[in-house]
Amino acid sequence: MDKRKKIGDTHHNSPDTAIYTQPTPLTGAETVWATLVGEGVRDVFGYPGGAILPVYDALRKFPIRHILVRHEQGASHMADGYARASGRVGVAMATSGPGATNLVTGIATAMLDSIPMVCITGQVSSKVLGTDAFQEVDITGITLPITKHNFLVRRTEDIAPAIREAFRIAQSGRPGPVLVDITKDAQQNTAVFDFAAAAPQPYRPHPMLSADSASIREALELLRTAKRPVILAGQGILHSGAMEQIRTFAERTQIPVACTLLGLTAFPASHPLNLGMMGMHGESWVNHAIQQADLLIACGMRFDDRVTGSLSTYAPNAKKIHIEIDPAEINKNVRVDVGLIGDLKEILETLLPRLPGRDGAAWLHAISDMKGDASVHDIQQLPDNGHLYAAHVINDIWRVTNGNAIVVTDVGQHQMWEAQYYKHDSPRSLITSGGLGTMGFALPAAIGAKIACPEKEVWVIAGDGGFQMTSPELATIVQEQLKINIAIVNNGYLGMVRQWQETFYEKNYECTPLISPDFVKLADAHGIRGAHVNSRADVIPTVEAARQHAGAFLIDFHVEQEDSVYPMIAPGAALHEMIRRPKKHNPLVETATED
Amino acid sequence: MLHTFVALVEDKTGLLARVASLFRRLNVNIISLTVGGTETVGVSRTTIVAEAAEDRAPRIMASLYKLEGVLDVDDVGRHSAVIRELAMLKIAADQNTRSDLFQLAEVFRARVVDLAPESLMLEITGSAGKIEGLIQILVQGNYRILEMARTGRMAMRRGHHASRVLEELGDTTPRIDLKTLSAASRHEAPDLLEDENHA
Repeated sequence: MDKRKKIGDTHHNSPDTAIYTQPTPLTGAETVWATLVGEGVRDVFGYPGGAILPVYDALRKFPIRHILVRHEQGASHMADGYARASGRVGVAMATSGPGATNLVTGIATAMLDSIPMVCITGQVSSKVLGTDAFQEVDITGITLPITKHNFLVRRTEDIAPAIREAFRIAQSGRPGPVLVDITKDAQQNTAVFDFAAAAPQPYRPHPMLSADSASIREALELLRTAKRPVILAGQGILHSGAMEQIRTFAERTQIPVACTLLGLTAFPASHPLNLGMMGMHGESWVNHAIQQADLLIACGMRFDDRVTGSLSTYAPNAKKIHIEIDPAEINKNVRVDVGLIGDLKEILETLLPRLPGRDGAAWLHAISDMKGDASVHDIQQLPDNGHLYAAHVINDIWRVTNGNAIVVTDVGQHQMWEAQYYKHDSPRSLITSGGLGTMGFALPAAIGAKIACPEKEVWVIAGDGGFQMTSPELATIVQEQLKINIAIVNNGYLGMVRQWQETFYEKNYECTPLISPDFVKLADAHGIRGAHVNSRADVIPTVEAARQHAGAFLIDFHVEQEDSVYPMIAPGAALHEMIRRPKKHNPLVETATED
Repeated sequence: MLHTFVALVEDKTGLLARVASLFRRLNVNIISLTVGGTETVGVSRTTIVAEAAEDRAPRIMASLYKLEGVLDVDDVGRHSAVIRELAMLKIAADQNTRSDLFQLAEVFRARVVDLAPESLMLEITGSAGKIEGLIQILVQGNYRILEMARTGRMAMRRGHHASRVLEELGDTTPRIDLKTLSAASRHEAPDLLEDENHA
């Protein structure tokens, strides 16, 4: 019988449920899959190799869809995108040595953004551990500082407990990546599989987790007396599932909401209380509101340096309430007056019935005045001057997709323009690498998002630089027959670096101009349809065409080369010291109000 | 300032590396670190003395707690505690100089645990200050210290059941004062150890 799998074959074998009800002898390899299935996993992103081969050999017996990636970094980004889109744990798999080290960038990306992910790696046999055997690397040592926890499993009977505990750790408290490294002999040997007995210790909440009644009272008192409060909405809202609670909180108190990059989808963009994104590329009125505030209510965010600017001048007159699940974040960057440590949703529900009534009209009005015409609300009204601007491209994608797509961005200028000009109303509809800022993230993460949410429209928005870091995953899209739309914002530069060179290095564009392949031809070589767009008039029709096309579609947008993202806060400058949009040579001009 | 943390951790391979790695990641220098058994099987006790600004202690503790396998953390430096260190000193000494060293040992309550024709070994237990005191006397007295081994500090709170095992048996004394988190810099914990520790 020809055992060769045809491409596109998926393994949808019906699960043998008997192994979950009675202890059964299984090989370690079978135990890996049985445990994953038992944990509810349906999709695994991976790449086979010597030390993980026993596990791959056993795959055919289990109802798991395996997505073959082109580089293990893709596997970890896909698992990450899968988790961000669905809230479920993403799973990546790789062999020992280079397979494992290739996962590292993706693991660090997930760690910095608190994404629940489990990575399973093969390891050389236990009897040669520590001998520099072929493809041996100390991956638990390497990933120690970039995982929430990791395991080196040397015995078959330890596999199920380790994987189950990995899932518990990845999802509980502040989520994060966990790596399970399994020696080849542990995969090959047989032991009794007892799923129930392998259940992890129940989640032990951090002992500092406590929003005691005194702190709650203090927080309520600060809320009662605040004249100029602002809510800072972070990704913790998504992790906690507190979207309704934060909305009710804001509406009931009439407190405006500023979002972090990762918190952008935690509060609807179209909501009248939503100010928009804060921080380095936040709109001027958002940062001014924070600087003038007398109370900040930080919800599931960590005062990253990209959102605070200089710490010594950050919100100098504001009292600060920090609601956060990780006690190590309290007073880390910004000293707070009240720290409420715990699950955000639970704490908001404790606060909601006791919220003081307040009249927020004057403060909202003051913020509205700050906006003036600084907000270019409808950039569509700007006349076509023959140039194609990234902001138009992104805004048009937003309009054509009715804001309903999952947008997965890479890192750089296009990422900030996406945050400014695509208005996200639904949770988890923006997937982006915030903390680590990982170029090459978009394409693989979008594959993960599409596998997690096949019914959703998925758009990649990437720059010409970052796209080339992981573009071999185009083949994965084809092999998995995924409908993903790809927009490349192509300006011929490593744009954000060029912008910094322009601003801080006297336009010394060292090593930032870059030659790219013809991306449409590249797509074509993969059997993916594509189109070039050079003018504004072609944006909407091409985006429409991409959506209509049954398969994946790539659009190469040739945009203005030396366009920059504004407003911008120079590193070390205060949050209100923004470099505003220049009036000359840029149609996206705001008439700046007085700073 | 010097902080003295006690962490009860699961006795598992690699946990010590996790603890040490955490301090490196937080950019905090470890002055001494001791590990050993406890009253509970499978639980090790780690005493870490680290140099960091006073207000960093809560975050260091919170980060230690985040490590899987860390069961309990205590900042004993903020409380009344007994802190001890053991040192062994091999000192060059012959028939003529031995008796002076015997006297010194007696004053410092050190013990002579080995005697060779050209050297002797002293064992001393006590606060860091006491050990430093002995070393200072030896150096100033022009004795040659041939070898020295120090364990680093071990610490235990006075009259207070610090382990969570006992807490679960009914000791309700709060282990972590949340206020130290949100008001770390204002916290004026009496540091009763300073006089005992610093020579």
